[in-house]
Amino acid sequence: MKLFRLFERRSAPVARERLQILLKHERAATGHSGLIAALREEILRVIARHVDVAPEKVKFKLEHGEEIATLQIDVEIPEAAARAATSRERSGRAA
Amino acid sequence: MAEVLVITSGKGGVGKTTSTAALGAALAQTGQSVVVVDFDIGLRNLDLALGAECRVVYDLINVANGDVRLQQALIRDERLDTLYLLAASQSRDKDALSEGGVQRCIDELRDKFDWVICDSPAGIERGATLAMRFADRAVVVTNPEVSSVRDSDRIIGLLDSKTVKAEKGERMDKLLLLTRYDSAQAGRRHMLSIDDVLDILSLPLIGIIPESQEILRASNVGAPITIADAQSTPACAYRDAARRLRGETVPMIIPGGRKNLLNRLFGRRAA
Repeated sequence: MKLFRLFERRSAPVARERLQILLKHERAATGHSGLIAALREEILRVIARHVDVAPEKVKFKLEHGEEIATLQIDVEIPEAAARAATSRERSGRAA
Repeated sequence: MAEVLVITSGKGGVGKTTSTAALGAALAQTGQSVVVVDFDIGLRNLDLALGAECRVVYDLINVANGDVRLQQALIRDERLDTLYLLAASQSRDKDALSEGGVQRCIDELRDKFDWVICDSPAGIERGATLAMRFADRAVVVTNPEVSSVRDSDRIIGLLDSKTVKAEKGERMDKLLLLTRYDSAQAGRRHMLSIDDVLDILSLPLIGIIPESQEILRASNVGAPITIADAQSTPACAYRDAARRLRGETVPMIIPGGRKNLLNRLFGRRAA
């Protein structure tokens, strides 16, 4: 008996697969697709390449209208960092 | 100024209350001032987890409704000077809790403590949404099991949409606490692996708590595991999780990791 049990099908991969299929549907139905989270991470990374901003100073809001949804992104940049970034840009253009 | 933390899960019986008590005590043991707040109106249990069930006079609803002052309702732990409990009402209905009242109460607690830890009830109704409403960060307690993972996913959706932080367009920080982890089942691949759960929920991991007898014993005697059995594996795992909450980098120990693999090999050979 013990020997047979060694070869019985592992159930965890089945659980994983069922969950993946189920959650794909449920996330679509509740509108929680992880889209905002993914966008936030990627946009933050792009901004960080150019200016230093605190992640909590970047606000993301998805507003649902009748036909379209609007993604609103507010980025608060310290004046000094903004100035440094523009001056870098100017000197880059001059060179 | 305190950090407000919600311990939530969607599903019942996964270990929210045990984790609230253990994390609260672990933080208090490092000298931080902590209040744990029970939001499970009508089915309170955090008082039992802390062994304070005979000392509850006033509760969250009394404070939220302005019937009593916060000081009258706070219960100080008998073992840890810096750990306090604000119990839930046992006789009232969850609808007795008003959002404004909860907000005033949380604001007042923020001024007094380093940590405000809200123990959410199961489900996604009023008690659960109010427990997470004013949180700065969330700990999502999940068992490596299909229904728990599904419910956690649903709760993550609510954390990202129904909290004050989310409504302001800010990011709600969420951490995953994997509880009731059974390394023997995981070894036989009959339990979702840590990676499976992390892949599906994509949250950073704050700790892995093994399924254990010690937790049951601690709950029987009414003491958080980090006090009842400070040297046990789950107590160490909760202490490490508390340190991670404070921003420390602590290597993650997988319960029954390598040692267990050897045990399994020899165990099987002997069988």
